[in-house]
Amino acid sequence: MRPFAHFAPRSLDEALDIFRREGEGGRPLAGGTDLVVQLKEGGHKFPYPRYLVSLRRLPELRALGWHEEQGLRLGAGLTMAEVASNDWVRQRYPALADGAGLVGSRQTMNMATVGGNVCNAAPSADTAPPLLALEAQARIVGPQGERLLPLEEFWLGPGETVLRHGELLTEFLLPPPLPRSASLYRRHTPRQQMDIAVVGVAVAVALDDGGRTLKKVRIALGAVAPTPIRARRAEAALEGQAPSPEAIARAAAIAQEEARPISDVRGSAALRRHLVGVMTERLLREAIERARRG
Amino acid sequence: MPKRVITLTVNGETHEVAVEPWWTLLYTVREELGLTGSKEGCGTGDCGACSMLLDGRLVTSCIVLAVEADGCQVTTIEGLAQGGQLHPVQQAFVEKGAVQCGYCIPGMVMAAYDLLRRQPDPTLEEVRLALAGNLCRCTGYTKIYEAVLAAAERMRLEGARG
Ligand SMILES: Cc1cc2nc3c(=O)[nH]c(=O)nc-3n(C[C@H](O)[C@H](O)[C@H](O)COP(=O)(O)OP(=O)(O)OC[C@H]3O[C@@H](n4cnc5c(N)ncnc54)[C@H](O)[C@@H]3O)c2cc1C
Ligand code: FES
Ligand code: FES
Repeated sequence: MRPFAHFAPRSLDEALDIFRREGEGGRPLAGGTDLVVQLKEGGHKFPYPRYLVSLRRLPELRALGWHEEQGLRLGAGLTMAEVASNDWVRQRYPALADGAGLVGSRQTMNMATVGGNVCNAAPSADTAPPLLALEAQARIVGPQGERLLPLEEFWLGPGETVLRHGELLTEFLLPPPLPRSASLYRRHTPRQQMDIAVVGVAVAVALDDGGRTLKKVRIALGAVAPTPIRARRAEAALEGQAPSPEAIARAAAIAQEEARPISDVRGSAALRRHLVGVMTERLLREAIERARRG
Repeated sequence: MPKRVITLTVNGETHEVAVEPWWTLLYTVREELGLTGSKEGCGTGDCGACSMLLDGRLVTSCIVLAVEADGCQVTTIEGLAQGGQLHPVQQAFVEKGAVQCGYCIPGMVMAAYDLLRRQPDPTLEEVRLALAGNLCRCTGYTKIYEAVLAAAERMRLEGARG
C-alpha cells in the first residue's frame, strides 16, 4: 500500500472535525474489508486517499435498539456477525439476518460492517436488498448537519453514493414490521460461501387481518442493475391481491422486466433475468407461507 | 511523518511497536515481532492463512491495519500451545495427518480453535462452514474436518481447555 495518514477519533464530532480540518482527500475506514483490499489492489474508483479516518471507536455508530413504534435503530458500525446474531434482527427482520450471515467467511463477518457494505455501493452487496425491502432509512451526518434519507435514494451507481466529503452514514432506521409479516433474502452463487451474488432477491410481505390478501409487498433486487433496486411495479401488481399462484407468477414476471442486468464474469444478462423470475416467485411463496404461520 | 507507536498485547505479552499507518497487522506481527507462524497467502482476505484473533474475534490480519489494532489483544498460532503442550486442535491435526505442505495450517487451526470456543460440539456441516474462509491447496479438506471433529470430541472429554 502507498502511504496515507490515519486518524483514530473517539467520537463522531471528533471525526467530523478531522475531515473539516484536514480537507479533501480523506476517506472513512470501517472494517476495511472493501477499502483495504481496494487500496492494496488499486481497484478503487476514487483517488488514492491522503488520509483515513477510522470509525472503529465511534460509539455513535454502534447504536442497536428496538422500540415498538419506531422500530429498529441499527448502527452503521455494527459488524455482520453482530447483525446476523442479534435477536431483534433475527426475529423481526430475518431478511437482514440472512444477508449479513452471507458476507464472506466468519473472518469477514467479524470485520465487515453493515454501513461499509452499503457505502461501498456494490450492486451485489448482500445487505442492500434486505435493507431496501425492509424500508430502511439512512441517517447521514456531516458538516452541514444531519439528514434522514430513504435508502433507495442513497446509491447513484456502482461505487457511488450521495455522500459528500466528510459525511458519514451513522445508522439505519427500520420501521417495525406489520403483524402477519415475513421477510427473507437469498442469493444465487455457484459456491455456498465466499462468493459474490450473481443475483440477490429480498422480499418482505404482510397479510391483512383475515390472512386472505396481501396488505404490503416489498421486492428488492441485487446485482441486476447499477445499484440495488426495488421492483416497484411487481410490488404494486401484488398488493391488495389474494396470494394466488397466478398472481405471484405474474409479479415475478414483472420483476424480471424491471431488472436491468448486464453480462459479466459471474453470469450473462439472460441468466440473471431468468434467476430474478425463479427466485422472486420462490421467495414470495415462502414469505407468504411464513407470514401465514405467523 | 514519524511512525506511530502502538500497543499490542500478543499472546499475553505487551509490546510497543512503531508502525507506519499502511502496515498491516500481519506484516507487523511477522516482521516487527518476529512471529512468523501466521502466513500471507492472498493478502486480500480470501484464503485465511493469516487468521488470528483480535480482541477475541477471528480476523484475516492481512487486511487489518496495525494502527487499527492499537490497544488490542491479539492471539496468534504461537499462543495456542501451553507449557510445551500442543493445543488439542493442533494435536488432532498431527494425529489425523491433516497437514501436507502446512502453509494453510496456522489459519486453519485458528479458525477451528475459534469455532470450538463458540460451538464445542459442531456438526460436519458447521465445521465446513466455519472453515469456508480458509483455503488449502493440498489436502482436499477431508482430513482437516476429521481433525477438527476429533479435537472437539477430545476437548469435550477433557472438560475443555482454552
Ligand atoms: C473475503 C471477502 C469476502 C466478501 N464477501 C462478501 C459477500 O459475500 N457479500 C458482500 O456483500 N460483500 C462481501 N465482501 C465485501 C465487504 O466485506 C463488504 O462490503 C463489507 O460489508 C464492507 O464493510 P467494511 O466495514 O469492511 O467497509 P470498509 O471497507 O471499511 O469501507 C467500505 C467503503 O465504505 C466507506 N464507509 C464505510 N463506512 C462508512 C460510513 N459509516 N459512512 C461513510 N462511509 C463509509 C469507506 O470509505 C469505503 O469507501 C467481501 C469481502 C472480502 C474481503
Ligand atoms: S493472506 Fe490474509 S486472507 Fe489470505
Ligand atoms: S496443507 Fe498445503 S495448503 Fe493446506
